[in-house]
Amino acid sequence: MVGKDCVAIACDLRLGLQALTVSNNFPKVFQYGDNVFLGLTGLATDVSTVSDLFRYKVNMYRLREERAIAPSTFANLVSSSLYERRFGPYFVSPVVAGLDPKTGAPFICGFDSIGCIDFAKDFIVSGTASEQLFGMCESLWEPNLGPEDLFETISQALLSAVDRDALSGWGAHVYVIEKNKVTKRLLKGRQD
Amino acid sequence: MAIAADTRATSGPIVADKNCEKLHYISPQIWCAGAGTAADTEFTTALISSQLELHSLSTGRKPRVVTCMTLLKQHLFRYQGHIGAYLVVAGVDPTGTHLFTVHAHGSTDKLPYVTMGSGSLAAMSVFESQWKPNCTKEDAMNLCSLAIQAGIFNDLGSGSNVDMAVITADKTTLHRGFVKPNERSQKLKNYKFKRGTTAVLNEKIITKDDIGKYVSVHELEATGEERMDIDP
Repeated sequence: MVGKDCVAIACDLRLGLQALTVSNNFPKVFQYGDNVFLGLTGLATDVSTVSDLFRYKVNMYRLREERAIAPSTFANLVSSSLYERRFGPYFVSPVVAGLDPKTGAPFICGFDSIGCIDFAKDFIVSGTASEQLFGMCESLWEPNLGPEDLFETISQALLSAVDRDALSGWGAHVYVIEKNKVTKRLLKGRQD
Repeated sequence: MAIAADTRATSGPIVADKNCEKLHYISPQIWCAGAGTAADTEFTTALISSQLELHSLSTGRKPRVVTCMTLLKQHLFRYQGHIGAYLVVAGVDPTGTHLFTVHAHGSTDKLPYVTMGSGSLAAMSVFESQWKPNCTKEDAMNLCSLAIQAGIFNDLGSGSNVDMAVITADKTTLHRGFVKPNERSQKLKNYKFKRGTTAVLNEKIITKDDIGKYVSVHELEATGEERMDIDP
C-alpha cells in the first residue's frame, strides 16, 4: 500500500499443504536493500527458490554497479527473470514495494507468475485471499495516509481479509517503510 | 493513423489493473496495441522493438511497418500460438501508412480499419456503421474513441479509460487517458482507524543511521583519484 512519503507491505505467516497447516511462522516478505521489499505468494518451494534467486541477483547487481538496487530496477529484474521461465513458470505472484533512493517517491507493483507488471498508484494484492484483499483495500485505502495511519489501514485490511480465507492467517508481519526508517511489526491474529 | 485501446486488465473475472497501458512502443512511428496474455504482448513487442531498432541502425533506414509485422508473425508462428499475443500494428513509414492485425498463431490481416481483443465485436460494430474513407485526423480520433467506448460500456472484459496514439508523417502523439468516462468520485467519508486499533505483539524499528549494525555496506566518498589495492 502507498502512503504519503511511505509505503507498507504485509503478509500472513501460514504455510500449508492444501488444508493441512505445516507451519505458522513462514514469512513471505523479503528485504533486498535499505528500502526494497519483495512479497511472494504461491507454491512454497518456489517462494524459497525465487527469494534466494533474487538475493543472489541483487547481490551481483550491487557488486557490479557498486550501489544499491532501486525498486523500479528491481521490478524490471523480477519481470524479466520470471518471463525467462515463460513455459515452465515459478508458481509465485510477487509484489514489490519500496522508496526510490534518489527522490524518496513511493513505488509499488505486482506481477503474475510469468512476469507481467501491474503498476498501481494505490495498492497491490496477491495470494489465496486476493479477492478478499481487493475488497478490503478498495474500500479502506485513501490517498496521502501517514505512516501511522497507513499501518492501521493495511493491518486491518489484511486481518479482515485473511479471516475470511480458510487458507490464510495465523499471524502477520507488517513493514512500514519511510525515508530513514523501517518499522517491522508482528500482528496478533486469529490462530484458527 | 490513429490507434486506441482501453485500460482494463483482468485475471478471470477480477479487474487486476484499472489503468494499464496497452499501447506499446515499437519505434517512434510504429505503435502496437496488444490483447491476449499481457506478459506476452509486453515482451513480444519489446523484443521486436529491439530487433527493429538494430535493423534500422544497420541499414541506416527508418523501420517499416511491414518489417515489424513480418518479424512479429514469424516469431509468433514459431511458437505455434503458445505465445498468446494478439496485436494491432499501426504506423507510418517512408512507404506510407499501414495497419495490420497479427494473431498469436501467426496469421495477419491488412485492412483500412481493424479491431482486436474481447471488445473487438463492439468496436467493429462502430467501424462498420460509421467508417468512411479519407477521413480527417479529428474524425479518425473521434471514431477510434467511440469504438473503444463501445467496448468499455458493452463488453465486460474492457473498461476504464481510452488511450490513443496518433501517428502522422512528422510526429507521434500519445494521448494517455484521451477520454476518462469512468472516474471514481471522491469518497464523502472515510474508514480511517483510530491509532492503536491493531494489536501488535512485537515491534522492531531499524533506522538508516544504525543499519550499519546489521550489514557492512558503507557509502564511499567520491575521490578524484580512484585507486585499487593492486595499483603500485
